[in-house]
Amino acid sequence: MKILVIGSGPIVIGQAAEFDYAGTQACRALREEGCEVVLINSNPATIMTDPETADAVYIEPLTVDFCERVIAKERPEGLLATLGGQTGLNLASQLAAAGVFEKYGVRLLGTKLESIQMAEDRELFRALMREIGEPVPESWIVESESDLEALLDTVPYPCIVRPAYTLGGTGGGVAYDREALWEIGRKGLKLSMRSQLMVERSLLGWKEVEYEVMRDSAGTCITVCNMENLDPMGVHTGDSIVVAPSQTLTDIEYHMLRTASLKIIRALGIEGGCNVQLAVNPDSFDYYIIEVNPRVSRSSALASKATGYPIARVAAKIALGMRLDEIPNSITGTTKASFEPSLDYCVVKIPRWPFDKFVSGDRTLGTQMKATGEVMAIDRTFEGALVKAVAGLEVRNKDLDDLGYRKATEEELAEFVRVPTDGRLWALAEALRRGWTIAEVNRLSKVDPWFLEKIKGAVQSPPPNPIAYKMVDTCAGEFDSRTPYYYATCEAESDMVADPS
Amino acid sequence: MDAVLALADGTAWEGKSLGATGTATGELVFTTGMTGYQEVLTDPSFAGQVVVFTYPLIGNTGINDDDFESDSVQPTSLIAREVCRTPSNWRSKASLPDYMKAKGVVGIEGLDTRAVTLRIREGGAVMCAVSTEGRDAAVEAARTAVPYVETDFVAQVTTKGPYGWGVSGIEDVTEPEGPAILRLVVLDCGLKRHSLKRFAALGVRSVVLPAGSSAEEVLSWKPDGVMLSSGPGDPDRLEAVVATAQGLLGRVPVFGICLGSQVLARAVGGRTFKLKFGHRGSNHPVKDLTNGTVAVTSQNHGFAIEPGSLDGSPAQVTQVNVNDGTVEGLAIPSERAFGVQYHPEAAPGPWDSRKYFAEFVEIMKKGQTR
Repeated sequence: MKILVIGSGPIVIGQAAEFDYAGTQACRALREEGCEVVLINSNPATIMTDPETADAVYIEPLTVDFCERVIAKERPEGLLATLGGQTGLNLASQLAAAGVFEKYGVRLLGTKLESIQMAEDRELFRALMREIGEPVPESWIVESESDLEALLDTVPYPCIVRPAYTLGGTGGGVAYDREALWEIGRKGLKLSMRSQLMVERSLLGWKEVEYEVMRDSAGTCITVCNMENLDPMGVHTGDSIVVAPSQTLTDIEYHMLRTASLKIIRALGIEGGCNVQLAVNPDSFDYYIIEVNPRVSRSSALASKATGYPIARVAAKIALGMRLDEIPNSITGTTKASFEPSLDYCVVKIPRWPFDKFVSGDRTLGTQMKATGEVMAIDRTFEGALVKAVAGLEVRNKDLDDLGYRKATEEELAEFVRVPTDGRLWALAEALRRGWTIAEVNRLSKVDPWFLEKIKGAVQSPPPNPIAYKMVDTCAGEFDSRTPYYYATCEAESDMVADPS
Repeated sequence: MDAVLALADGTAWEGKSLGATGTATGELVFTTGMTGYQEVLTDPSFAGQVVVFTYPLIGNTGINDDDFESDSVQPTSLIAREVCRTPSNWRSKASLPDYMKAKGVVGIEGLDTRAVTLRIREGGAVMCAVSTEGRDAAVEAARTAVPYVETDFVAQVTTKGPYGWGVSGIEDVTEPEGPAILRLVVLDCGLKRHSLKRFAALGVRSVVLPAGSSAEEVLSWKPDGVMLSSGPGDPDRLEAVVATAQGLLGRVPVFGICLGSQVLARAVGGRTFKLKFGHRGSNHPVKDLTNGTVAVTSQNHGFAIEPGSLDGSPAQVTQVNVNDGTVEGLAIPSERAFGVQYHPEAAPGPWDSRKYFAEFVEIMKKGQTR
């Protein structure tokens, strides 16, 4: 079978090299199953465009016109679009609308276009959520400036503005008053591919939790991983410090949200991977579904690295019609892809912002992603993973001590703790170093007390240096595993190095 | 205070004491669930065992008033990499170490739990001791501990007398608070409260009886169905319970969970065997052979049904574990009975298999005579 894969295109702010990582994994997985892979990508500076990744590589603009030319020449039977991020999905929608698939008899593999549309069109998605009884925050769709004007005096402030069909939430923001809503809203309408935006009740301060889920064509669903943002709602998840697995949810809460995520992937009929973002009230069982990404995303790349579960590889095999219980788990070699990973370590991701290059940029973090990269660290303790990630950022500070915040007055520091910026982690550390109470820092920042206690612990006694290596094996040691993926930690014993045979 | 985990062969890991002081012995097992330590701590199926949590950060959400699966701490001891003393969750009432101290439970933290887990994986589940009284005392205690299979744990954990469970929870067995649609008798081999809660949510009132009750005693309650509960220990020891199950089959619908499904298998002539280190966690994929779907399940068992032993019996294997092919479900359609080896009530674990409670309620309704 010949398959055309749409690549990730240029790497821009709000989208990162994870799509290259996912696309490369997918190309390999397809070839492993005997498929002939044709790749189209406008970005030659990627791994996936290396000659050995695909059978034929076209470095061409990712437009309907060029894509059709490649299809006409290669005549692929199938097309895989869910691994190239938003660019691939948008292009696939445009190709379908232009009748290219019908003309050349190309079948879209994996998740159907209708499912993607249902997940991405705010109104369709909300209607589906109402149908299956999953809560979504109150919101208003705006498609013109007059819609926007009518809304100015009716919405509760602060409210969130999210333009539809943009990368990394470009053009979105939090509006604290009608003037801000007018300004952000008008800009968002211009940036949205369909001049559509959503204004939404603010859930500022709620916990933000994500689930990475997979579904095959037989309807089997699993969770690869869940993640909890250290920064509460209000900061784009790409700009949040993220921890895997969640740390402050009880079993009932964890499975309530897992059940909701699986219900959604089933209702959408996704065949492959999907990311579900939820807002969770820190003081009750209440939650809202915030967003669903019906494809491999930045979060799934993180979940893959965090658990060892190759999401893009498995998604590509699902697209070929394989079932989760048929696809081998390549890490253990003994279990199948229907086995949910269990972690016996903690993962911390810290975004890397480019403010050292763009010194005059606005460092405040909101719903529009500003990070251009990220660092992920694994350890047996949260403090260990946090400190490793900080050291790996290659910013001015190699640890949690920042001279700038040390010099701040109490009033200045309170503001740094309250308003999320790229430096907030160090502001939190400074406040805790000065002896501010956990309750006070939580009141200002809304960061969960559990994380604050840990940051305080890391400040008071820095974690010991790693002396052993442990394996990321997807199964918390339950099965003998073969993939040599290790992390350093301070433990008594190292795992045996895997036998390469 | 220092503490030590020791095996009978002299292997020992040193750590810090967690909870009460003293020495505790038990079968050393690990669970891979990343959430649900409070449920694990109070699940009677863990009686006689020392539980290692493979997830390193335990106790983050504290102990709350609602998530107990029984009134007591069931494992003899707990082992964790790191236990939280300043929990954070809106329902939290106490920290895990404080709760353990109050309940007099010995534990150990600060040791390399992955190394312990790999040891169990390679060597199988063995007797061990956790002690605050020094390494020699711990090794000696592990050596002299009564082997796990030689204790009748069901007799220890079962209810002493009958009690009822309705929509609002526990109630006087003779004075139900409200009318229920159906009556279930539960044979308590080490019941988890969530099984009762799931039935109550479907309008079923349960009467919980001691595991030693005879079939006639069970039927005297005029049940619409009987549940054989989950529980600890070797099903080989449960001759009386198996005899009761035999007396019930065909006369009333029967649903077995975990140990209860093993009792069901034995009641029709099947056999069980001990797994090397069991299945404990919230991520085990189970394939339903009747429709090909796979569900992620909550598991906690050290024994399994020998698949070949059901040949020629009225029972058929309906579900298998995707990892190792062991039996995960059986059905005896002619007797209106079925069982699952895992925990459809979850707590802890995924909710994917709750439908079995509703399915059993449908079977009960069909046979309802009252």
